[in-house]
Amino acid sequence: MSILTWLKKYSTIPILCCLLLAGAGFVWWFNDTLLEDIFTISCVTLTMVMGFQMFMGNSGILSWSYVGFVGIGAFTSAICSMSPQVKRMQIPVMYDVLAQISMPFWLALLVGALVAALIAAIVAWPLMRLSDAVGIITQFALLIVIYVILLQWQQVTNGPRTFTLGGVKSTTLWIAALVATAAIVVAYLFKESSLGLRLRASRDDRFAASASGINVVAVRYFSYIASAAVGGLAGGLWSHYMLSITAKSFYLIEVFTILTMLVIGGTMSVSGAFFGWLGVTVARQGLRQGELALTQQGFDAYGITEIVLGILMILFLVWRPTGVSKGRELTFDTIADLATRITSRSTRSNDKKGKPWSRSKQPKPSTPSPPTSPQPPVSSKASSST
Amino acid sequence: MTLGVIVEFIINTLSLGSLYALISLGLVFVFGIMQLVNFAYGEYIMVSAYVLYGLGVFTDLPWPLVFLAAVLTGAIIGFVSEVVAFRPFRGRSLDALLVTSFALSVILQDTVQLSISPRSKAPPFPDFFNQNVTLFGIVTPLRSYLMIGTTVLLLVGLSLLMRGTVLGIAMRGASENFTTARLMGVPANLVISTAFVISGLLAGIVAIFWTARSGAVEPLMGSAPLLVGFIAVVIGGMHSLVGAVVGGFAYAAVANVLSLTLPTSLLSFRDAFMFVIVIMFLVLRPEGLIRGSYAEERVG
Repeated sequence: MSILTWLKKYSTIPILCCLLLAGAGFVWWFNDTLLEDIFTISCVTLTMVMGFQMFMGNSGILSWSYVGFVGIGAFTSAICSMSPQVKRMQIPVMYDVLAQISMPFWLALLVGALVAALIAAIVAWPLMRLSDAVGIITQFALLIVIYVILLQWQQVTNGPRTFTLGGVKSTTLWIAALVATAAIVVAYLFKESSLGLRLRASRDDRFAASASGINVVAVRYFSYIASAAVGGLAGGLWSHYMLSITAKSFYLIEVFTILTMLVIGGTMSVSGAFFGWLGVTVARQGLRQGELALTQQGFDAYGITEIVLGILMILFLVWRPTGVSKGRELTFDTIADLATRITSRSTRSNDKKGKPWSRSKQPKPSTPSPPTSPQPPVSSKASSST
Repeated sequence: MTLGVIVEFIINTLSLGSLYALISLGLVFVFGIMQLVNFAYGEYIMVSAYVLYGLGVFTDLPWPLVFLAAVLTGAIIGFVSEVVAFRPFRGRSLDALLVTSFALSVILQDTVQLSISPRSKAPPFPDFFNQNVTLFGIVTPLRSYLMIGTTVLLLVGLSLLMRGTVLGIAMRGASENFTTARLMGVPANLVISTAFVISGLLAGIVAIFWTARSGAVEPLMGSAPLLVGFIAVVIGGMHSLVGAVVGGFAYAAVANVLSLTLPTSLLSFRDAFMFVIVIMFLVLRPEGLIRGSYAEERVG
């Protein structure tokens, strides 16, 4: 019974993971190189978005610097997994200590995540004290500091030139999909954990949280490190998929990409991040195809994607500032609720009251169900309302 | 260090500093009233610079008209962006505003990239702009002195506006405490729109001198002055107009000192050093060099 209660409480995890893995299975079965490429890199992006949601969604601080930690993870794991000979050839000026390192891919991924977390741990404490405009500018400044260092440190990152890994793509379809699945689990469990709860409290009202005995700075600090670790992991996947990276990939354009996903989906829930990722990825691919088609007709259309997504993001912020998800999670209950709504077409206008963050945990008043019930109340709801 | 180096340093710092002061003033005008860090500000500069290029290359208009058009474009785009993009967010969360300004900046960049060209173009400038003059034994282009002169004039004009007119007093009141200012009958739309128009005007003027220095316009050119503005604003103090000016000059001085003293191997990290200074300022002295009336809330 206990596993069922657990499943019911955390039903978002199996739903999202099944969706993702089913997608991966389909792509694997379909066996099309282009589709596989797109899906793999999208899974890397999903991992990135999950890590971004962990801090930004739960703390309410727009963490520009996150992408910098993705970059740190990417370069670190690349340096770790490359063989010494290749490194000597690619980057003759690299420090000896770094050039001698050689380790398997999975270990390199972990080291990338750890180094990102470590650097976050070193720099973040004073930054976590700052909120509002000051906090945002600090985060932005940190992104630029990381960017400039990655871009200029020739002995480590090959400077402004492209850093080429060589070899084969270690990030395969299934590795990317599994890591992304793990990232979903981590992001959700983090949100529901004690640390995540305290962080969300500090987001909603940092003074009230502080007055309730929450050490806001410490809570932010540890969450920031966790988020940076997931980012570093995503970076490792990225570099072992792309096989050639430059610091320019981990800058404002990438921030814009994952920010559109998070804002459109809704920053405050993991489901929101997931569906934002899904929607924006599909839209992006569609728009890119459109761009290509237009360019082939002789009209240089590069950039339409960003314009459309930017406008979309602003429209969402105006009309639906909490995103598609409105801060709710997708659970068995909400699916049942949705099914009821679609089947009965009844107008339910009164469940929109209350603050967005209080919704995610509260079951809808119309779908009361005993917590131990193994049966999702789909059938009873549907039959009672029709 | 000879006297010549010192004089050169002072002149460089003054001319660069006055440009930076204008940039950060443009940011602070909006920030003071709306608490908005306007990421699209760099794109105001970029669009104005493109007007400079477009009118300069494809028409025969005399240069004063071209300059005037560029400056007015800055003001118009500031005003339009406020009405279209920022007004729906009045009274909403800061993050929404900020993300909007970031999205607006990306939209403007890509629109220019799409409709004109991603490659950099060279706008024409009147000859006297680049003429070298010798003063105190130092050879500098005339535009450096023009920049200092323009800045002095603008600062005098703006301080007259802010101190002497009803509008200026309303704006100063609004930046101290917006709610109270509204309760005293200050119209919110007028004050905010004016702030954006002034910000845009400054961006237009900055565009002229920035492009004269770099000699080229390109869609991504807005980010450099934006970063300069951020640094200067933070150093000087985000809640005071005087602070913005001081910050601009301080930034120019620090940047010049770093350029002179850093060994060449570290010179490419100059921006990183600048932003480390920014972070330290924000952590240790968030009010900046000049303390404004409003202290930032923070925890811990």
